[in-house]
Amino acid sequence: MKKLKVFSAPYLVWMIVFIVVPLLMVAYYAFTTDSGAFTIKNISNVGQYANIFVRSIWLALVATVICLVLAYPVAYLLSRMEKHKQGTMLLIVMLPMWMNFLLRTYAWMTLLGNNGVINHILGFVGLGPYKLINTSGAVVLGMVYNYLPFMILPLYSVMEKIDKSVIEAASDLGCSSGGVMLRVIVPLSLPGITSGITMVFVPAISTFIISRMLGGGSNLLIGDLIEMQFLGNAYNPQLGAAISLVLMVIILVIMTVMNQFSPDDQVLI
Amino acid sequence: MDNIVSLKNIVVEFEDGDQILKNISLDIKDKEFVTFLGPSGCGKTTTLRIIAGFLEPTSGDVLFEGQRINDVPPHKRNVNTVFQRYALFPHLNVYENIAFGLRVKKLPEKEILHRVGEMLEMVNLKGFEKRTVNRLSGGQQQRVAIARALVNHPKVLLLDEPLGALDLKLRKEMQVELRKIQQALELTFVYVTHDQEEALTMSDTVVVMNNGVIQQIGSPIDIYNEPVNAFVADFIGESNIVNGCMPRDCLVEFTGRQFECVDKGFDPDETVDVVIRPEDVKIIPAENAKLTGIVESVVFKGVHYEMVVDGVDHKWIIHSTKAEPVGAMIGMTFDPYDIHIMKKVQEG
Repeated sequence: MKKLKVFSAPYLVWMIVFIVVPLLMVAYYAFTTDSGAFTIKNISNVGQYANIFVRSIWLALVATVICLVLAYPVAYLLSRMEKHKQGTMLLIVMLPMWMNFLLRTYAWMTLLGNNGVINHILGFVGLGPYKLINTSGAVVLGMVYNYLPFMILPLYSVMEKIDKSVIEAASDLGCSSGGVMLRVIVPLSLPGITSGITMVFVPAISTFIISRMLGGGSNLLIGDLIEMQFLGNAYNPQLGAAISLVLMVIILVIMTVMNQFSPDDQVLI
Repeated sequence: MDNIVSLKNIVVEFEDGDQILKNISLDIKDKEFVTFLGPSGCGKTTTLRIIAGFLEPTSGDVLFEGQRINDVPPHKRNVNTVFQRYALFPHLNVYENIAFGLRVKKLPEKEILHRVGEMLEMVNLKGFEKRTVNRLSGGQQQRVAIARALVNHPKVLLLDEPLGALDLKLRKEMQVELRKIQQALELTFVYVTHDQEEALTMSDTVVVMNNGVIQQIGSPIDIYNEPVNAFVADFIGESNIVNGCMPRDCLVEFTGRQFECVDKGFDPDETVDVVIRPEDVKIIPAENAKLTGIVESVVFKGVHYEMVVDGVDHKWIIHSTKAEPVGAMIGMTFDPYDIHIMKKVQEG
């Protein structure tokens, strides 16, 4: 065992340099003024942006729920397919992820635009044009589209491990197919549900590209807000660090609550 | 006694035309302990799954108390299954596993408590209610699986090699226990195993299967003493099987010698399988024996010694309480009624 420990050294260094130190720096900036004196003003200023926090959490929540609803049956069907078909189907699920994230989101801009493909087609049958882009709906759509595979995969990998004979046992003991789902498959896929929610909710709550490209100016999210503090005109890294810190705490709290629903031996963080 | 389950001309075919079951017909009587016995891949588990409803036969009818139930889904059949690897619900504790079927039926909590308690007592698991099933030993999981099925008061309990994963001693205990339960509750048990000893000790009726065909149906004693063909004879206990022919009734010729026997009704000089149980080979001095051989090996088996004797054209397996030295020349003889003559099985 001692010998093996040597191999973990690079990871330890990596973690310290790229995770622990940056985190400490974020915390340092959040509690100091630009001259380096201690202050809690940055944190208290975050309160002004409560509406953006609420919007971010709300849109991420909606996107996560939609992802779960869409992904659950897909993952279930996938897991019950014959083994050799599962590989092909998984590939199809993963396929969009091979494309660049920006490109995928740009594609939605041309689809949803006021003179975009969708409004164009609707125009032929005398409908519209509808305002599709620069709405919160478009942001949610972008989140769902981009993060759906992150929901399908953990669900699939948990469901695939459910023994077929357990499902047969449930129907043998009187469960209709709905009963089997409710009493056996959902409880047994709970770890997949919680990790899927995490994998979608966390990137969705902190995204800024999706909201920038599909949400217009009126759907600012926390991610956009943070970006503006570092790269935008509003340049204020101390406030940016404070917002990041608050966001981290919020995510941590939400994840802790989530873990209460997970079986003891499958805690996520 | 009425038939509770009947299978009529059941055929199960894969898409590629492979037949798993080739025209199986069988009646299972009420309160009977029936065992499907055969090597793996013989179709015994498939037959069980057809009765449970997990598999629909390609053709043929499944009857339950005289009603055709081909189209009835598993959850509406009055049978319960004990699965090969138990298939307990890992997210539920012992109590909830056993209560599962009753909760599905939405029985009142008081009755569930009473019936689960009854079952826990029967399978000797009182005090384990709150235990998660993953923390149970194999034998305990087995008991939970049996209780979970029986608590629903099914008319027929299907058991798919339920003792396969247990060690020998535990298996023997569970065999006795299962038989006791079956008799106490007066239930029909349909039991699948590849272990011939298990089949013989537990069953009222043994159904020997091979290659999707029923070879023989009978009581354990019948199956052992009067196997209908060489396959059954070989599968049920060890046997010496040699090629022979019947010059006339009550006379059989094998390994170049003629022996008296009690079988009749074969064509003159018909070629047959001759089956002789190892314990039925009698060792006599070589000088005046019709058949002689040289002892090749002797293995102590507890109650008896197992010897392999190299005779003319055949290596004989002999069970005897007295061992002969390796290399010795011995004589062998058989009582006429210990020589079992069987028609050759038509291949394919």
